[in-house]
Amino acid sequence: MEKRYWNEYQKEIADDHYFYERSCIRQTFFPGSEAAFLRILRDELGKDICDNPHQHTCTGIGYHSDVVPFETTMTVVARLFSLMTECGYENYVPSCVTSFGVFSEVLEKWEKEPQLMEKARQYLWEATKREFKTPKNIAHPSDVIFKFRFELKPKMKYQLVNRFTGKPLRVVEHIGCHYAKIFPEKGIGKAEFPYVLAGMIEAWGGEVIDYPERRHCCGFGFRQYLVQENRGYSIANTKKKFQSMEPYEPDFILTNCPGCSMFLDKWQYTIAEMEHKTYDKEGYGIPVLTYEELTGLLLGYDPWQLGLQLHQVQSEPLFNKIGIAYNPDEKYKGISGRLLPRPDRPECLRQE
Amino acid sequence: MKTFGFTISKGRQINCDELNNDKVEKLLELVPSYKWCIGCGGCTAACTAAAFSDYNIRRIHTAFYRAQYEGLDQKLQRCMLCGKCLLVCPRGVNTRSLIINMRRILANVPTNTFKQNNKEEKQ
Repeated sequence: MEKRYWNEYQKEIADDHYFYERSCIRQTFFPGSEAAFLRILRDELGKDICDNPHQHTCTGIGYHSDVVPFETTMTVVARLFSLMTECGYENYVPSCVTSFGVFSEVLEKWEKEPQLMEKARQYLWEATKREFKTPKNIAHPSDVIFKFRFELKPKMKYQLVNRFTGKPLRVVEHIGCHYAKIFPEKGIGKAEFPYVLAGMIEAWGGEVIDYPERRHCCGFGFRQYLVQENRGYSIANTKKKFQSMEPYEPDFILTNCPGCSMFLDKWQYTIAEMEHKTYDKEGYGIPVLTYEELTGLLLGYDPWQLGLQLHQVQSEPLFNKIGIAYNPDEKYKGISGRLLPRPDRPECLRQE
Repeated sequence: MKTFGFTISKGRQINCDELNNDKVEKLLELVPSYKWCIGCGGCTAACTAAAFSDYNIRRIHTAFYRAQYEGLDQKLQRCMLCGKCLLVCPRGVNTRSLIINMRRILANVPTNTFKQNNKEEKQ
């Protein structure tokens, strides 16, 4: 009975031949994540994934900030689909949760109001002389990693286990609101029991923390953050989450949304600066990882190639707990081998 | 300390464990009809003072019930005790008595005096 009901909470995820769409903000804040995803899919899983250089924004941030009208968003989304069609792919994998929400919304609208799709076709043709087919399957990259989590496990060098105590690491998972809260059936576990990140954590040896504000927003909220006067509300949301998770002493936070990763990471510094408060015992802050970074780390990729030195909260204490090998001298080494200038060390957040 | 151009907004969440509801209990004792209120806002809609100021009986009533007393004493002074709210209340809450007693409680007038006065009012 339980199994039958759980089937209703699953979604279809394509097996192979994906068209990847990169995120606007992840390239800046988590520059190693998308490269790691492509590497995992191509090298570890042997999948075919297209990374088209002509891709562009989905307008998500502008759309949710009421700057970009829906007609424009539809046309821009149509252009992205036309790139996928041109490359001969049918399975769309947008890196960003906001994009995932935008695509789900546009497709839902097109299904219910086919005249809108015709309008988008017309606009796209008039502007670019391009045509498109709608994707057969849309999955978020975290869905793809979730699907292959057991295939990846034997390839992993490390498990989510504290090497000093032998106990599973305690992990807070945070799923972007636009992943399953807008269209619940598009997410694994729907909006009620989102399992996409929890499934990875459990499969790789960790323990998921179920804390009171688990499903609360990270605080991004687009217009709440983009207008400076409203940022107080944004950070108050994040603070509420941290206060709620603090007693459970999480080892790290795992996210699947660019905005959530950014805010849960960077607001820790802002809160520490404003209130001299960190939500871990030692004053380092709680590391925030994307699912690609976590997968890459456990597969034994170099943490500095994954871009973990660019996070606000540094992850060395976590590496030590898991036993991940890293070279501190190479932390700020560029691709050319030359050492880059070290960023200022914040006084309010400890670093090793 | 660095300045960011904004601060962390204070939450409106109420922690019932930290709530000091002595004043609420005192008011309930003096005006038992206080707990009949369904928050319909009829009192505020009928209020003459509310039409010309930010005086809002329903809001004051709710804030008092949540033990958020800050600034209430000043707001309560705007009431002219006309009693229109009393006439429109569908639940029969003694709103005028409520306002008078809220003023007294917030001004820390000794409880015995209230009881005596209330008895006098009933007579």
